[in-house]
Amino acid sequence: MMAFPTYLHGQSLSARALRGLLGSRKATVALAVCILLIGAAMLAPVLAPQNPYDLAQIDFFDSKLPPLSGGSTGITYWLGTDTQGRDMLSAMMYGLRTSLGVGLVSGFFALAVGTSLGLIAAYTGGRLDSLIMRFVDLMLGFPTILVALMILVVFGQGTWKVILALVFVQWAYFARAVRAAALVESSRDYVEAARCLGLSAPRILFFQILPNCLPPLIVIATIQVASAIAAEATLSFLGIGLPITEPSLGLLIANGYQVLLAGVYWMSVFPGLLLLILVFSINLVGDRLRETLNPRLVQ
Amino acid sequence: MTAFLIRRLFQAIIVLVATSVIVFTGVFAIGDPLEILLPADASMAEREQVAESLGLNDPLPAQYVRFVTDAVQGDFGRSFVYNRPATEVILERLPATLELTFTALVISLVIGIPLGLWAGVAAGSATDETIMTGSILGFSLPNFWQGMMLIMIFSVTLGWLPSTGRGETGSLFGIETSFATWDGLKHLLLPAINLALAQTALVIRLTRTGVQETMPLDFVKFARARGISSPRILFVHVMKNILIPIITVIGIEFGSLVAFAVVTETIFAWPGIGKLIIDSINALDRPIIVSYILIVVTMFIVINFCVDALYSLLDPRIRVSAQ
Repeated sequence: MMAFPTYLHGQSLSARALRGLLGSRKATVALAVCILLIGAAMLAPVLAPQNPYDLAQIDFFDSKLPPLSGGSTGITYWLGTDTQGRDMLSAMMYGLRTSLGVGLVSGFFALAVGTSLGLIAAYTGGRLDSLIMRFVDLMLGFPTILVALMILVVFGQGTWKVILALVFVQWAYFARAVRAAALVESSRDYVEAARCLGLSAPRILFFQILPNCLPPLIVIATIQVASAIAAEATLSFLGIGLPITEPSLGLLIANGYQVLLAGVYWMSVFPGLLLLILVFSINLVGDRLRETLNPRLVQ
Repeated sequence: MTAFLIRRLFQAIIVLVATSVIVFTGVFAIGDPLEILLPADASMAEREQVAESLGLNDPLPAQYVRFVTDAVQGDFGRSFVYNRPATEVILERLPATLELTFTALVISLVIGIPLGLWAGVAAGSATDETIMTGSILGFSLPNFWQGMMLIMIFSVTLGWLPSTGRGETGSLFGIETSFATWDGLKHLLLPAINLALAQTALVIRLTRTGVQETMPLDFVKFARARGISSPRILFVHVMKNILIPIITVIGIEFGSLVAFAVVTETIFAWPGIGKLIIDSINALDRPIIVSYILIVVTMFIVINFCVDALYSLLDPRIRVSAQ
């Protein structure tokens, strides 16, 4: 039997999170924007006016057209075109896909690695615990961008290497939070009861203790996905992130930077705005979740 | 106490050695610097000669041992690109970065603390809500994009401020700095604002939390009972108590500002160590990459070590739990 977490109000976790989000107008809007952007990213191949990777659809003579101009094939470029004549709106939708994908995948792996190590540290205690926590302290003592830069210099570039770098800089946040929550939980009666029933340690850890550590984890996961997206964009902008074949929003902005001083503003302003809206709304959702799920504030 | 510090020092050395091994191996694995240093039509003999003079023909462990032996004596090798000692090239550019970082720090405090105080005093009000949402916006703004927008608005459109370079430096108390000339200050302003923004958001949050934790305390009530005016309570009594945590965090954050200067310096072509490292990565200038990383990592280890030492001095529980 799985021990589902029951809370002070006798409500499920997801219901509490959702009620918290909908209780604030700001958070509701942010959540709607997030859902909209995720939908746009997933449906990009269907919704985008043009496939930016398909060279047959791109007309080089349409390059650097300002927003709202009509193309030679009768297509309207709502947000203008880039230096190769690509429709900016389409390029941004595909870029959003890449950015969100990298952010979510690295957030997921950081969650998995960090949670496992945090649980192990809390449950075993002793030497292993202090070893893991020393490592966590060490990681948190260095700024994200520096560590990611070091990893990319050492291992070279590529999509999976960027994800590896992001996981490496983010797991420590999860580990610290889950360890703190698990330490509190493991002294509770239900854990004692589970031990008396003879359940195995992994089972107690992952099916009894972990579900009760979820609230802080959800908050951190949200914020870390936002920071992963921002970090990936920064690395791509610096030219040490994603390859040019799969341009993320950061790379689109970097391309726009080359022509910004020449007055071609739309190539960097629009992808940047999209990136800002994405990161800002995820952070707003995360902030509201922290207010509603924080057990210290619930009472 | 001494045992605690010695243990931490020992850990710091292990971290430094591990970093040097990893970075050295990794940097060695990327690309061939000869490809970049030599013209495409270089003969085999020329290649051989350059490789020999740079020591690239020796086996990797031998190169590492030579690197460490030299590094311990303060010699991190010669830059392939500048053909000068790597440390010299880095240290020469350090003042520009420190100047930028310092200005950003001052800006973030001057803007962040008053806004944080205001939000904290008016907690729950519309003002508080606006300031806090603004601070979330502040750390959501992608740093590099925000810098580009600053350039677009203030340099391209309005033409008020220059967009790239450090400008003229003058001598102030015997130090070469941008603070000394009007042109230097103008060049410094945009990059400093760019770097300060995320930091400002952090200072606002810290100050607000501090105010909210301090206001309900007894000494504030007694001060009120004594008839001390509200502004005086806030700016003198409360302020004294919240400055300690703010200064601690800012001390740690100074290091991450130096790291984040990589982005700012790249956008504004600021000639500091951040731009140097990106240029060196692109040029495969191994000695510079390795020495930059080791110097910055050492800086962080020293900062973290000082913070640990300070905390353990103030809070005996940390000392006990670490044993």
